[in-house]
Amino acid sequence: MSTRIQQLSDRLQKAVGSKLQSNIVAFKEVTIEVAAKDLLSVCETLRDDQQFAFEQLIDVCGVDYSEYGSSEWGTEKSSSTGFSRGVDSGVNARLRFGDEPNYISSDRPRFAAVYHLLSITNNIRMRVRVYCEDEHAPIVPSVVDIWPSANWFEREAFDLFGIMFEGHPDLRRILTDYGFVGHPFRKDFPLIGHVEMRYDEEQKRVIYQPVSIEPRVLVPRVIREDAHVSEAVVPLTSEDN
Amino acid sequence: MPEIRNYTLNFGPAHPAAHGVLRLVLEMDGEVIQRADPHVGLLHRATEKLAESKPYNQSIGYMDRLDYVSMMCNEHSYVLAMEKLLGVECPERAQYIRVMFAEITRILNHLLWIGAHALDVGAMTMFLYAFREREDLMDAYEAVSGARLHATYFRPGGVARDLPDTMPQYETSKWHNKREVSRLNENRQGSLLDFLEDFTNRFPKYIDEYETLLSDNRIWKQRTVDIGIVTPERAMALGFTGPMLRGSGVEWDLRKKQPYEVYDRMDFDIPVGTNGDCYDRYLIRIEEFRQSNRIIKQCIKWLRENDGPVILQDHKVSPPSREGMKADMESLIHHFKLFTEGFCLPKGEAYAATEHPKGEFGIYLVSDGANKPYRMKIRPPSFVHISAMDEMTRGHMLADVVAIIGTQDIVFGDVDR
Repeated sequence: MSTRIQQLSDRLQKAVGSKLQSNIVAFKEVTIEVAAKDLLSVCETLRDDQQFAFEQLIDVCGVDYSEYGSSEWGTEKSSSTGFSRGVDSGVNARLRFGDEPNYISSDRPRFAAVYHLLSITNNIRMRVRVYCEDEHAPIVPSVVDIWPSANWFEREAFDLFGIMFEGHPDLRRILTDYGFVGHPFRKDFPLIGHVEMRYDEEQKRVIYQPVSIEPRVLVPRVIREDAHVSEAVVPLTSEDN
Repeated sequence: MPEIRNYTLNFGPAHPAAHGVLRLVLEMDGEVIQRADPHVGLLHRATEKLAESKPYNQSIGYMDRLDYVSMMCNEHSYVLAMEKLLGVECPERAQYIRVMFAEITRILNHLLWIGAHALDVGAMTMFLYAFREREDLMDAYEAVSGARLHATYFRPGGVARDLPDTMPQYETSKWHNKREVSRLNENRQGSLLDFLEDFTNRFPKYIDEYETLLSDNRIWKQRTVDIGIVTPERAMALGFTGPMLRGSGVEWDLRKKQPYEVYDRMDFDIPVGTNGDCYDRYLIRIEEFRQSNRIIKQCIKWLRENDGPVILQDHKVSPPSREGMKADMESLIHHFKLFTEGFCLPKGEAYAATEHPKGEFGIYLVSDGANKPYRMKIRPPSFVHISAMDEMTRGHMLADVVAIIGTQDIVFGDVDR
């Protein structure tokens, strides 16, 4: 299996190599990254070229990378009073409403759309990632014309992350409520939301009001680079494939 | 003569045949559907966002609540995704237990599907029959995990505990006297495996009963044959998986093609349809009953003969034993760290998919090395299938919509997440 994965990666490099920003094999999976402007041409090759034949789009997933690698509990160095405990409020760990998410400045753009492809003919999977260049108006071209199954997945990514899919025939919200404001899966959207809904006895109708529950964190987010996972269970790296 | 116009019909979200909270906006020309616009999301609970705020282990319970009629199959994808990132494989006995319960879950799911589908189309008896058998399988769930529905039984590195040696018994009450109770408890005298073996011996007869009721039934055939036809090319383009894809004649089953756990050691067949209509998909699911039954039998045989651990003995990911904690300081620390902080997955991303009763159920995990997922994406089969509702219902009559909802086997916990 792993040699087949490597072969696929090599063939991709040969066929569309000039358009690839990266081509990684990790955890027995191929991931390629392409620029938004090359997405459609690469996807068409992936579907129509018989050596790839990815006739199924399994999934489209939005990702917000703005907090990638942030933790709420320093484990690297201790201060004179010990390790900090969940005091750096992140999004999930926000302690008060005014808290801003702690963005990690990185060279990678904030939003990405991740496509999972499956080839039934060749019995193999792969992943395509496209970063949205503009963080404030994330746009990627829609692949609905290549794989019709993208339709609802792209609507979902738009709804939850605000990623626009250019050329989508019907880019409406899909999962959130009618009249919902915001994109809830963005990292700066609080877990508890902004508004709650209840029936108002006096007005005799359902009303929206600011949430009354308090944000809280049960388990702080911790990143451990050390050997937390014991030696026996070290994952495969790209060299092992 | 008055002008005849198309009109719009609201189907659901509280319609009994909508299988949950589906709101279908149908544009009708007389009784013929011109366009169907499903409105979903009424059961959206943001499971993926919730998972981002919790250690990995605590989200297993949420998986049960996605597709709430095939609980353990959802957990299966999730634990496989974690294991892929951790680079671990669970012990052999745990793999057999997982496969056995995945197949029990498949039967559970298909039983609910056939009951609800037939009820929608007008066969009341099927529903009662299906629930009779579901009872036994839910008792198996209860025996092994303590919960009849939301089991939280699969864990990264194995399963929560080994199969029990005894089955829970019925007790006498004012509704059941002693004689009745002893009859009910007759097949519960031995272990869980004895109980399941008894079930697998009885079950083929039950499937024959379902087939007697439906397979050659004139009304059933009138309602399902040539309804909702999907060609193999369209089925692939629309992202269909599972029985929906096989119904259109594409031979594709992850258990065979990309085997996980011990499916490559199992002897079973994949049924494939020819016409891609509702009736073919019905026949496929009926055949899957028999094949799942076969797999369960093979698992029972293996599990009887082989013993061993059911969860990885690495206390960085699995909890130490209760007894160990009382005597051993290291176990106590492991336990404390595991339940207050959880374990960290290495940096990276992984996608794990299993052959869920409804199709391909996948979990895409993005980890930045923390004890919580950075992003978890659920790839639900029902969501994809219902997105084809418009194409499948166009040109059909209103009554066929009910048959098509039934054949898609959609569950809203899965569509909305």
